[in-house]
Amino acid sequence: MTDALLSVRNLRVEFPTRRGVLTAIDDVSFDIMPGEVLGVVGESGAGKSLTGAAIIGLLEPPGRIAGGEILLKGQRIDNLGAEAMRRIRGKRIGMVFQDPLTSLNPLYTVAQQLIETIRTHADISEAEARKRAVALLDRVGIPAAKRRIDDYPHHFSGGMRQRVVIALALCAEPELVIADEPTTALDVSVQSQIIDLIKEICAERGAAVMLITHDMGVIAETADRVAVLYSGRMAEIGPVTQVITAPEHPYTVGLMGSIPTLTQDHARLVAIPGAMPRLNAIPQGCPFNPRCEHAFDRCFAERPEPLRRGDRRRVACWLYDEVSTVEQEKANV
Amino acid sequence: MLAYILRRIAQSVLVMLVVALVSFALFRFVGDPISSMVGQEATIADRDALREQLGLNDPFLSQFATFVMRAAQGNFGISYRLQEPVMELILSRLPATLELAMVSGVLAFVFGVGFGVYTALRRNGWLSNTIMTVSLVGVSLPTFLIGVLLIWVFAVELQWLPSFGRGNVVMVGDWPTGLLTPSGRASLVLPAITLGLYQMTLIMRLVRAEMLEVLRADYIKFARARGLSNRAVNFGHALKNTMVPVITITGLQLGSIIAFAIITETVFQWPGVGALFINSVRFVDVPVMAAYLMMIALVFVIINLIVDLLYYVVDPRLRVDRAATRH
Repeated sequence: MTDALLSVRNLRVEFPTRRGVLTAIDDVSFDIMPGEVLGVVGESGAGKSLTGAAIIGLLEPPGRIAGGEILLKGQRIDNLGAEAMRRIRGKRIGMVFQDPLTSLNPLYTVAQQLIETIRTHADISEAEARKRAVALLDRVGIPAAKRRIDDYPHHFSGGMRQRVVIALALCAEPELVIADEPTTALDVSVQSQIIDLIKEICAERGAAVMLITHDMGVIAETADRVAVLYSGRMAEIGPVTQVITAPEHPYTVGLMGSIPTLTQDHARLVAIPGAMPRLNAIPQGCPFNPRCEHAFDRCFAERPEPLRRGDRRRVACWLYDEVSTVEQEKANV
Repeated sequence: MLAYILRRIAQSVLVMLVVALVSFALFRFVGDPISSMVGQEATIADRDALREQLGLNDPFLSQFATFVMRAAQGNFGISYRLQEPVMELILSRLPATLELAMVSGVLAFVFGVGFGVYTALRRNGWLSNTIMTVSLVGVSLPTFLIGVLLIWVFAVELQWLPSFGRGNVVMVGDWPTGLLTPSGRASLVLPAITLGLYQMTLIMRLVRAEMLEVLRADYIKFARARGLSNRAVNFGHALKNTMVPVITITGLQLGSIIAFAIITETVFQWPGVGALFINSVRFVDVPVMAAYLMMIALVFVIINLIVDLLYYVVDPRLRVDRAATRH
């Protein structure tokens, strides 16, 4: 437990508004081991990106961490001062955002942005930083890096820009890279290249990856473990093969059912009825209860705690609480 | 790039021709120049002779062509009122106006950008709110009122600064400057504030709005995620992107500062071209009015041209010399 690179414990993120406090992330806990790839999935608004922003300390005000703690190698980072947190950003935790077209400052060349970042985190000369920058661009697959480095972002295509963004996120050799939907804005043909690149380059540097996406296919190919978020809560977390082949939480089951496969012949894809609740109308008990076909009394009254299922797996669903299952069966008799 | 500059210059020439037409029309429609030039005893024959001598009986186009040709050489004729060449009159008074305009322009830009950035970064601080509230006054009070208020407070009540004139000037080459004498500098303070206050508040509000917009941009978030210092993010990344639209407005405002100097110069009896223009209007001194009109137009056209070229310096996306998106 203590050897985790990143530990998120009972994280709670709130947005105070005029009509009361909205809880966007509630009681989310997970670990990321060194070198591990953790996929985080969920629909839009489930709190995936917010979790990433909370970890790196870039929640947009008025959003704030209202509870829980975030530990990087055992050291708390959620309560650090602005300057101490800045030193961690980029240096120990790198971040890749969704849209490469808007992630780079249009008024600076790629070289300027890379060198600036490298020199922020390492005390080296301009020429040295430039050498590193060229090597890095070369590594992320920019052809003729030496020449292209002095180009402006608008001279690059979307896929190439995302490679530059990856180079920027990795230029101080962080231990963890948070990739927030890194391929959503890209052409399908480029997506897998970028995912492969992130996976490869992080593996070679021993950096762990928190891969936020809503693409289950990407998770299946890339991640070691997967965390499924629903309505700001952890629905299920476990090794990717287990979660995909044998999903347990009814939401995960629904999520898997809505993905087309080549091997099986579906007449129609199964969709989960309804929509995720709005933040100001999260139902009592389990947030998934209005859409769950297995919901029973307890789901409407009590919020399910993540239950241990086997060694590395947790599921937040009363169906797997033996006591309640027994009771439910009794009630059904 | 070169083609672009040439095209812009051609457009500028066209604008100047249109303004020349308006100035020229002044001669024909604002009173009869002959009656202001000759005495009351002149006979009709004398008047006709003068009319013929001045070429006022020539066809419209040929008169206009003559006017444009002379204007291009800086010849706007003789002032009806002062009986001196118009160009000399204007040139002798231009330094005073340009000095005033430059000082207020620089003040407006420096304080405008400074306050704008400050209020954008500390959005809800009490000082920001105070600055924003006070700036409303700057936007809404008319220039002459601000000038009169300043005179009342600082010249009449406190007696810190002179209320009119330009103080002592010294010649630097052909340029009489008030910046090098204590009385010249003291005299400059109130007019410069009066003239620059509106522009300052305008620039400040623009910088603030642009900066708030830019601070929400993804590349700012990404710059923070890379661990860059607040200073680098706010001033290196955000401010530079903010400046693109600010440069346009500031440039255009510099033109209006020179043009609006009329009011300030009148309030402070500043011996510049604005005051000259007002007096010329009073005496229907058409050559001076026409020349002033042309001069202001020229200033605007030149500033516009410079602003357009500055874009190229600031924003690399506009430099089309290299192939656009290369893969």
